[in-house]
Amino acid sequence: MSGAAGGVMVDVRGVHKAFGTLPVLRGVDLQVRAGEVTVVIGPSGSGKSTLLRGINHLEKLDRGSVRIDGELIGYRRSGHVLRELKERDVLRQRAHIGFVFQNFHLFPHLTVLENVIEAPLSTLRRPRRTAVAQARALLERVGLADREADYPRHLSGGQQQRVAIARALALEPKVLLFDEPTSALDPELVGEVLGVIKDLALAGTTMIVVTHEIGFAREVADTVVFMDQGRIVEQGPPPEVLDRPRHERTRAFLSKVL
Amino acid sequence: MTSEADRGGAPPGSPGEGAAPSAVAAPPPAPAPAAPGPPDGPRERQGRLAPDDEVSGLRIVPARHYGRWLAGAAILVLVAQFVNGLVTNPAWDWPVFFDYLLADSVLRAVWVTVQLTVYGTLLGFALGVVLGLMRLSRSYVLRSVAWAYVWAFRSIPLIVQLLFWFNLAYLYRELGFGIPFGPVLWRVGTMDLIGAMTAAVIGLALHQAAYAAEIVRGGVLAVDAGQREAAAALGIPRVRQWRRIVLPQAMRGILPNAANEIISLFKGTSIVSVMAIGELFYQVQVVYGRNGRVVPLLMVATVWYIVLTTVLTVAQYYVERRFARGATSHAPQSPARRLRKVAGDLRAGAARRRGRLPGERGTEPAAGGAR
Repeated sequence: MSGAAGGVMVDVRGVHKAFGTLPVLRGVDLQVRAGEVTVVIGPSGSGKSTLLRGINHLEKLDRGSVRIDGELIGYRRSGHVLRELKERDVLRQRAHIGFVFQNFHLFPHLTVLENVIEAPLSTLRRPRRTAVAQARALLERVGLADREADYPRHLSGGQQQRVAIARALALEPKVLLFDEPTSALDPELVGEVLGVIKDLALAGTTMIVVTHEIGFAREVADTVVFMDQGRIVEQGPPPEVLDRPRHERTRAFLSKVL
Repeated sequence: MTSEADRGGAPPGSPGEGAAPSAVAAPPPAPAPAAPGPPDGPRERQGRLAPDDEVSGLRIVPARHYGRWLAGAAILVLVAQFVNGLVTNPAWDWPVFFDYLLADSVLRAVWVTVQLTVYGTLLGFALGVVLGLMRLSRSYVLRSVAWAYVWAFRSIPLIVQLLFWFNLAYLYRELGFGIPFGPVLWRVGTMDLIGAMTAAVIGLALHQAAYAAEIVRGGVLAVDAGQREAAAALGIPRVRQWRRIVLPQAMRGILPNAANEIISLFKGTSIVSVMAIGELFYQVQVVYGRNGRVVPLLMVATVWYIVLTTVLTVAQYYVERRFARGATSHAPQSPARRLRKVAGDLRAGAARRRGRLPGERGTEPAAGGAR
């Protein structure tokens, strides 16, 4: 919607991944432009989450490459091979890639504020005062300005996920990855999290969202990607993919979830 | 399907293309009318079952537990008998006990025991943390070596191990430090380097490390794998992931077991008496060997062991409380506050009974009294 002018921010090419003998990704190509929102849908086991985790190298790839803003992620080219980077270098790259988990994974022994400032302090080595000021602004943005001293346990699932989003934003990432951000939430809490993600989309944040919320995809996505059995079956603007799917498998999936 | 669309807040057909005829864009609001139906049912039924207001206005009397009171009384009688025996039986020889409880030789021995415990704990847990993390390592060699260490030192009784260390000079007359398989740079006689006390500390620490390693490993395994993954996704450096994210959470599992281990190490120092080191148990044996007053001197040792274990237990309580942050809905109350609360409850209960006030503030007076 907003960032049609942006260059390619995320560039996934020919990615393969197998768990043991089970192939999970079988040649995935995906380009996401800066400022655009890509929503990935598909049945469970189709490889959506693995693709997302491959993008920030939480999963190693068997073949293929991921570039973010032109930088190869997790590997470096050395002649005819891709060498895996040392953990320290991968960690540095991840500072540019925000990741929001299905189960939030907030640090339960740290307060909300401490959760948000942890990565800016340790990863970016920001001064504490800067990090705190930024964290407060982010918490305000996700509507939790008054909860900074609480521990995650005292928050509802929706509030926890909003803190997790603020925590990911604190690194000012080039791209935000959401792995089924509302699947662990009670139905009445889904809206508040999707609302925050929608605001981010309007602000021009580059995002890839794996979700089952078709309504959200329709409203927010610039591109909807349908995956099945480790491959991208089709992709395009929401009306094309959701309303006039060309592939039988897409139609079958949509008829089940809608 | 309606809920799906509602959550996203997607007004059907908000983008221009929505005008395209489509089955999915405009879901019929079929389930909506069904919703208000069921709630009417229970409300009606409630109305029919409404109790007469006489009953709902009555005072509530908590259940009385006569059996519990009886059992409590019986046990108190037994305790009283035991205490009476301690005081009146002359065989306990309390005057001798008090002569020796704070005697210089005993205090020195207590100090040796404390030192053995502190050094054994510090070295044992330092090595144990390393071994525990080695067992969790991705390197096969590190994992195997740590496993073998734990296997070996858990298999050897502490007393046997201590005697080996005590006799180290018999095995190796001198120790050399240098390049492995290469030249030796510095030599020292085993007896000079490792005296009895050092041997005892080494023995206790190595023994302790095997158990500490398992405790640390268990604690770390109990932390959700998602925690490290989240830390990794945030790019937090590896050492900091451990120090700031994993270990503080692992501590909750580690602490109770570690406290157990420290206390058993503390009492285990009595085994060191076989090496003729003047710790507490060895010292009282020496004294009763001289004067023949076995029972009061054993009581001296017993009381010191109890006192120091109590100190450790209290310390454990407060350390655990510190690491419970964020884990419970409310910070556990300190014992002092809890005592005050019980006293307050008792007073309130008594006042309520005296004034025959309705027990609107909970149903505890009887339970409070039994506590």
